[in-house]
Amino acid sequence: MTIIEKLQMYFQFDFVRRAFVVGILVALCAALLGVILVLKRFSFIGDGLSHVAFGAMAVAGVVGVTNEMVIVMPVTIVCAVILLCSSENSKIKGDAAVALISVSALALGYLVLNVFSSVTNSSNISGDVCSALFGSTSILTLSKAEVWLCVGLAVAVIVMYVVFYNKIFAMTFDQNFARATGTKVKTYNAIVAVITAVIIVLAMNLVGSLLISALVIFPALSAMRVFKSFLSVTVCSAVVSVVCAVLGLLTAILFGTPIGSTIVAVDLVCFGIFSAVGAIMRR
Amino acid sequence: MAYLTVKNLSVGYENRVVAENIDFIVNKGDYLCIVGENGSGKSTLMKTLLGLKSPTSGEIVFGDGLKRNEIGYLPQQTAVQRDFPASVYEVVLSGCVGKNGWRPFYSGADKALAKENIEKMGITELANRCYRELSGGQQQRVLLARALCATKKILLLDEPVAGLDPRVTVEMYHTIAQLNTDGVTIIMISHDIAAVKYASHVLHIGHRPLFFGTREDYIASDVGKVFFKTEVYDDDN
Repeated sequence: MTIIEKLQMYFQFDFVRRAFVVGILVALCAALLGVILVLKRFSFIGDGLSHVAFGAMAVAGVVGVTNEMVIVMPVTIVCAVILLCSSENSKIKGDAAVALISVSALALGYLVLNVFSSVTNSSNISGDVCSALFGSTSILTLSKAEVWLCVGLAVAVIVMYVVFYNKIFAMTFDQNFARATGTKVKTYNAIVAVITAVIIVLAMNLVGSLLISALVIFPALSAMRVFKSFLSVTVCSAVVSVVCAVLGLLTAILFGTPIGSTIVAVDLVCFGIFSAVGAIMRR
Repeated sequence: MAYLTVKNLSVGYENRVVAENIDFIVNKGDYLCIVGENGSGKSTLMKTLLGLKSPTSGEIVFGDGLKRNEIGYLPQQTAVQRDFPASVYEVVLSGCVGKNGWRPFYSGADKALAKENIEKMGITELANRCYRELSGGQQQRVLLARALCATKKILLLDEPVAGLDPRVTVEMYHTIAQLNTDGVTIIMISHDIAAVKYASHVLHIGHRPLFFGTREDYIASDVGKVFFKTEVYDDDN
């Protein structure tokens, strides 16, 4: 069986097609946000917030709500707003704040899972934790409703990004200038924070907590090696991310490798190529 | 009425007052130079004037048709800007964002204004270059062009020549003086005594009593003499 035939066979399945749709959309959104987050020196917020989401999931599991998103989404959004909107003069800032929240959430989440393991009847704690952290196969078990939810959120994120693009640029480049000349920086910061939280919770299904950072930072960093204007970096980052996601998914399906790690590996290779191209161009 | 009337203003962080009892006025067409030693509260005063932080006491009154968001601002460079992928044109155009309110995209007039200011600052040939690859002096010109997109009325410049070499420094001062002649009101923070040469008024903070007056009066005043003398002494070394 040739590769093409093999792929044709796989694409007959609904769950494979769904995985591709969700994977591409999440990669696209993560890349768009990644440009802002990397430039705002918040590269690690993806990791931090995903740990928060993990902690919230653990609590949701113990409380026993039917749809854990009801707890996970609001908690993650609140943490994102706290992190991204805290002023420059706050006592604990930037990287330290992210690390603080991330580690606490991870520890508390694991603690809760352990202490209440009898309640949840889950005999396989390390398995649960592992799949939450490194990405489960949940992307291959998406229901139709979940796919539509993901499509809706992704479209909302992309529309907001395009509409607020100029404000986002002005604010990221120079927050004080934007504020002094009358841009409602706090409002836009809050919008970015909410979008970030939504994307990260979505991306957890795809690659798991630990690898979300990769999805956020790799495309942006790759694009910045080669391109020099904000618009070209944003567009390139989105394209790179989608291409890597597709290649990663194909590889994972064909060779049976873990999806999240495969996508990140492709992103890493791509980063290497862009770095090389950038170095040659600067000569 | 004056553009800015500052009455008994105190500025600082949380409970710590950095500078207090500041009084001065800025009229249309003035060129005010704010001098003072490191830590005397110059930058805090600037942030307060821009509305980035609220005064600990006292008030700032805007008049003569000037609104709070009509102040252009040339910041000291931050670490983020130095590796930011952005073309010169994108940076200059972003000066128009504040005026647009909730309108998401730039108008033709915004783009024309950005081109005009790029020309005015003599950086036309750099318009498509990457901001982070420019020299310090060129970057300052880009940021000046951006500030001019935000307003034609008043510019606040925070240490505009910091880190520039002597020749570029002089060019920068000439550009700023030219803008002032064209009718833009200037407020400049500096600890470079040469800056005073171009100013019409001087505010010296961090000293008791605080000095505010014309440049001529400042040079003749006690605090001015001391300031000038230390500079001369430094030059001799």
